[in-house]
Amino acid sequence: MSETLTRDQIIKPENLVYRRTPLMVDRPLSYCPGCGHGTVHRLIMEIIEELDAQARTVGVAPVGCSVLAYEFLDIDMQQAAHGRAPALATAISRMNPDKYVFTYQGDGDLAAIGTAETIHACNRAENFVIVFINNGIYGMTGGQMAPTTLPGMKASTCPYGRDTAIMGNPLKITELVAQLPGTYFVTRQSVHTPANVRKTKKALRKAFDYSFAKKGLCFVEVVSNCNSGWKMTPVQANQWMVDNMFPFYPLGDIKVPQDAGEKE
Amino acid sequence: MTEEIIIAGFGGQGVLSMGKILAYSGVMQNKEVSWMPSYGPEMRGGTANVTVIISDERISSPILNSYDTAIILNQQSMDKFEKTVKPGGLLIYDGNGITRHPERKDINIYRVDAADEAAKLGILKVFNMIVLGAFLKLKPVVSSEFMRKGLEKSLPKRHHGLIPENEKAVNVGKEIVQPIQVLK
Amino acid sequence: MKELRLMKGNEAVAEAAIRAGADAYFGYPITPQSEVLEYLMAEKPYERTGMVVLQAESEVAAINMCYGGASCGKKVMTSSSSPGISLKMEGISYMAGAELPCLIVNVVRGGPGLGTIQPSQGDYFQATKGGGHGDYRMIVFTPASVQEMCDFVPLGFDLAFKYRNPVMILSDGVIGQMMEKVELFEQQPRMTHEETIKAAPWATTGRTKDRERNIITSLDLDPSKQEKHVMKLNDKYNEIEANEVRYEALQCEDADYVITAFGSSARICQKAIDIARAEGIKVGLVRPITVWPFPKAVFKELSKKVKGILVVEMNLGQMIEDVKLAVDCKIPVEHYGRTGGILPSPDEVVENLKKKIIGG
Repeated sequence: MSETLTRDQIIKPENLVYRRTPLMVDRPLSYCPGCGHGTVHRLIMEIIEELDAQARTVGVAPVGCSVLAYEFLDIDMQQAAHGRAPALATAISRMNPDKYVFTYQGDGDLAAIGTAETIHACNRAENFVIVFINNGIYGMTGGQMAPTTLPGMKASTCPYGRDTAIMGNPLKITELVAQLPGTYFVTRQSVHTPANVRKTKKALRKAFDYSFAKKGLCFVEVVSNCNSGWKMTPVQANQWMVDNMFPFYPLGDIKVPQDAGEKE
Repeated sequence: MTEEIIIAGFGGQGVLSMGKILAYSGVMQNKEVSWMPSYGPEMRGGTANVTVIISDERISSPILNSYDTAIILNQQSMDKFEKTVKPGGLLIYDGNGITRHPERKDINIYRVDAADEAAKLGILKVFNMIVLGAFLKLKPVVSSEFMRKGLEKSLPKRHHGLIPENEKAVNVGKEIVQPIQVLK
Repeated sequence: MKELRLMKGNEAVAEAAIRAGADAYFGYPITPQSEVLEYLMAEKPYERTGMVVLQAESEVAAINMCYGGASCGKKVMTSSSSPGISLKMEGISYMAGAELPCLIVNVVRGGPGLGTIQPSQGDYFQATKGGGHGDYRMIVFTPASVQEMCDFVPLGFDLAFKYRNPVMILSDGVIGQMMEKVELFEQQPRMTHEETIKAAPWATTGRTKDRERNIITSLDLDPSKQEKHVMKLNDKYNEIEANEVRYEALQCEDADYVITAFGSSARICQKAIDIARAEGIKVGLVRPITVWPFPKAVFKELSKKVKGILVVEMNLGQMIEDVKLAVDCKIPVEHYGRTGGILPSPDEVVENLKKKIIGG
């Protein structure tokens, strides 16, 4: 009863169900299979496309796995020194109030070496978006302990597991910045299921809209996996994240606009 | 003409601002000037000094170790700067608080009791301008016309109402300055 | 119409930034240069020209704010004093690597460490030989007067944009804190968006349909590409060395001896030369105005006719290395310096000229 579609029929625009986001550069991602970075890159570019803002967006890449984000996003981008992305974005947004400005940072970049820049940019209510990818490990340098590594979790610089008596506690920086008067919207999401991807996209869209409307700093954490660093398969890594990361870093909005009154 | 001056006293006595008004008056009279303060922890209550140079030529070093004139407003400064006056130079001091008066025989020495006079007249704030008046009587390096312009430039607009009082103080200084030792 | 003012060096550099059409200043307080930020905050340039002024949370943040602004093709400036400049060095290296224009003012104080707040020239090596990591250079101006603190700001911005490279004004506590007569130049307009795109087609001004995306980065993981990039920077540095050397030579025509000094030391040495000449010593002064690129040629020429050179610095002997390289051991080159915030006096300079060069 069903007729097999020819190739020409498949590529008809009305049959299109999935495509490369035009604002993603047509080249293979350098990320490990199963990593969340690619998904979040794509979500940001989808939003910039929907906002028709390619010419009005400046992004800032960190030091870490996503240092090469600018290789994949077809927008003007700057690559920051380790931890300094919020300082760059402060200057960019203050001198270009007509632009969408965002930083894209990992946990080491944002919550260790760049803690001061993160907190002060949040506290000054700078009008840009911070996208914070938290996978509890330094991926690029080969799996060292991050400020967000869980208690007991193994990494190459805590090979017997994070002993908080020696190495201190993981930093819940997202809860911390939510306390600051300068943040307008603070949320924690994930991209490990299609439903979560959709939620994250909604959160990112709100963040871009609010910051462009000069409401203050919007902070979107995405709890992600690092199957290479965690030494697991992608499927195992996602399950481990659900079982271990989410209880410590619970998903959901942490600070929502007082005047909007919306909480999911 | 080049006049190299050190003004030294306590922080809070208006040492730096006296130097600034003198320097600005020089600018208005189209002279070359430099104003180099001692800076840092020597603030209110500590010692403060400023080197002011007024010249018709390009000024070389803004930092000196001998001066044409020393204006000395406390004992510490007397101890430090009496010896730095060039032979034949000028030392002006306020006798208030001075326990050891200047002893050099090879310089001109004048005294202006500005602190007492300012207290008597109830114009304590312009104490430093009385001292400046004494200096300008002896070394008229800037004219009173440019002095007024210097005051206008140095003082914030909201304080321009105080200019007549400052000018009066300068004239008081010119009147009360007394010779102690004048070289032949 | 020329406007004359009596200003501190720190105030002059701030006013000059506004008048040069700077888009932003980012700084952090430190003695003896806090007047730069204080002056700008009092002057409200955001009302005068639309210039952004922000007190950053650290010197590190300030230089990285400059990186962000410069990447957008904006005229940005920061200032600090020695310990703060050390913190900025990472950012300066990144800017050199990413080829970004920026003006950095260092009002040098004594070191190492927290040191003293009094003047020094101990940061010569840091400014001229790198300071940050990697193979890079920055153009370094050494003002010897408050007027030059003012004039080197628009010149510094011009060269920073011309060569896409950081430029430093290497000043010190004397020039920063001293007041002198300054003739201010007229207000220049800030660049419009269109002018910025024209002047800085490489900048992140927004990826429009008519061009590829612009990326500002100092990273290239491919060694052959990275070497190519460094060699390209080297070509630029050679061009700067050929075209941007500046110095002043005073009374060198008949000189038997030469004193050389930069910045405030040069002012002190001018006085020393007057004293020495009054004693019948034929001595001249060479004042490098750029210390990178260094005025090698003038020293090479002088080495053919003078008997010796005294290098006077407020440090233990840093510029002397460049002077020695320039004269190539042809004549004696000796050093006299004071440190710790103490200034050499003109008398001491003359005494050392006699002892180390004339008598030596």
